[in-house]
Amino acid sequence: MLLVDFQKQLDHFSLEMQFELDREILALVGSSGSGKTTLLNCLAGIVHPDAGMISLNGRDFYSEGQKPLKIQKRKVGYLFQDYALFPHLSVEQNILYALPKRADVSHITELTKILGITGLLGKYPHQISGGEKQRVALTRSLAAQPDILLLDEPFSALDDANRDRCQDELLRIHEQWQIPIIFVTHRIADAEKLADRVMRIENGQMIKKTAY
Amino acid sequence: MPYDLSPLWLSLRVAIISTFFVFVVSLALARLMNRRDFFGKSLVEALILLPLVLPPTVIGFGLIVLFGANGPLGILLEQWFGFRVVFTWIGAAIASFVVSLPLMYQSVLAAYEKVDPRWENVARTMGVSECRIFRTITFPLAWSGILAGLILAFARGIGEFGATLMIAGYIPGVTETVPLAIYFAYEAGNMEKSLFWVLIISSLGVAAITWVNYWRKKTAIRIGRE
Repeated sequence: MLLVDFQKQLDHFSLEMQFELDREILALVGSSGSGKTTLLNCLAGIVHPDAGMISLNGRDFYSEGQKPLKIQKRKVGYLFQDYALFPHLSVEQNILYALPKRADVSHITELTKILGITGLLGKYPHQISGGEKQRVALTRSLAAQPDILLLDEPFSALDDANRDRCQDELLRIHEQWQIPIIFVTHRIADAEKLADRVMRIENGQMIKKTAY
Repeated sequence: MPYDLSPLWLSLRVAIISTFFVFVVSLALARLMNRRDFFGKSLVEALILLPLVLPPTVIGFGLIVLFGANGPLGILLEQWFGFRVVFTWIGAAIASFVVSLPLMYQSVLAAYEKVDPRWENVARTMGVSECRIFRTITFPLAWSGILAGLILAFARGIGEFGATLMIAGYIPGVTETVPLAIYFAYEAGNMEKSLFWVLIISSLGVAAITWVNYWRKKTAIRIGRE
């Protein structure tokens, strides 16, 4: 269970978030600069709130007055906008980057099959398409078996066919892994198709929560 | 060989040793300045870059004050390790270090700034330690800039003249580097010897620049663009 109740002062407004999330998919919608990515960054530990708390499955990520939990210890899978694949590593090295040499990689083998990227493992990021990058980045974010998955506009660079395929794959993965997923999108259609709940953020405020 | 080659070997030794220390110190300093904000940061940065704008004689004077027989560091080195810096090749290496540090520092800082912080953040979310992130992400992706800085630092180190002359003096066979050999051969009217050393040091410069360009292209092809 993800518990979020924090405030963070940004340049022009204060980001104020309060919600709970079980093993569901939550879509964040809202105009650019409304605080969606900052919310993901606060959950991942890249930036910290000014006050309040964040916890996941009883582990405090952030609690006012205490030292925040290090990013490395949060077990968060984060798919950045534009994917941020390591350009000097092959697809396989990108995916296996964080794993110890003798780690069990059966879940990764399965993921690469589900996402259809087995044939790309020897290639480098600049040699693959946008849709393929998205699937590689998704596999990489799941490689360390995270407790929560954060996706920042994961479908924005995809054409319609690739978008549908990736969304179906994400639903399959969620069904199998049963972890909370939060994704940012500008397309209401994406939110309606994938999410159990949709949250609209405007100027740092939660405007509306819709359950599907 | 028409001339004694000891100035070349000494210049290479001085430049290699000073470049090694410049490399280590710049990597750490630039990392600190790139990632941390602290009181007096601008002043520290100004001090690192100061040798770029000072005449070499001022740097040489400063080094004599610090490392001379009555200088604070000179006394310490003599008491602890029993060696002198002034009028030795070590003095030449220290002079090379001071003048080439700002060049290397600027290159490394620029190279670090080009590494997208998202790559490091992705690695952090994957549970990877800061040390390993530096070794496997930051350093390899900054490498071409670091390498350019290394070559610049080496070239500056091997060509150092003014500060070296002040702290190490001109002692043939002991502190006679190539730039000093050129100057004193010219002063003595030995144009042929001057030209010999000019050609040697110019060839080294051309070879270094050619190699850097080749290496940069090769690295760019390997890394590609995401």
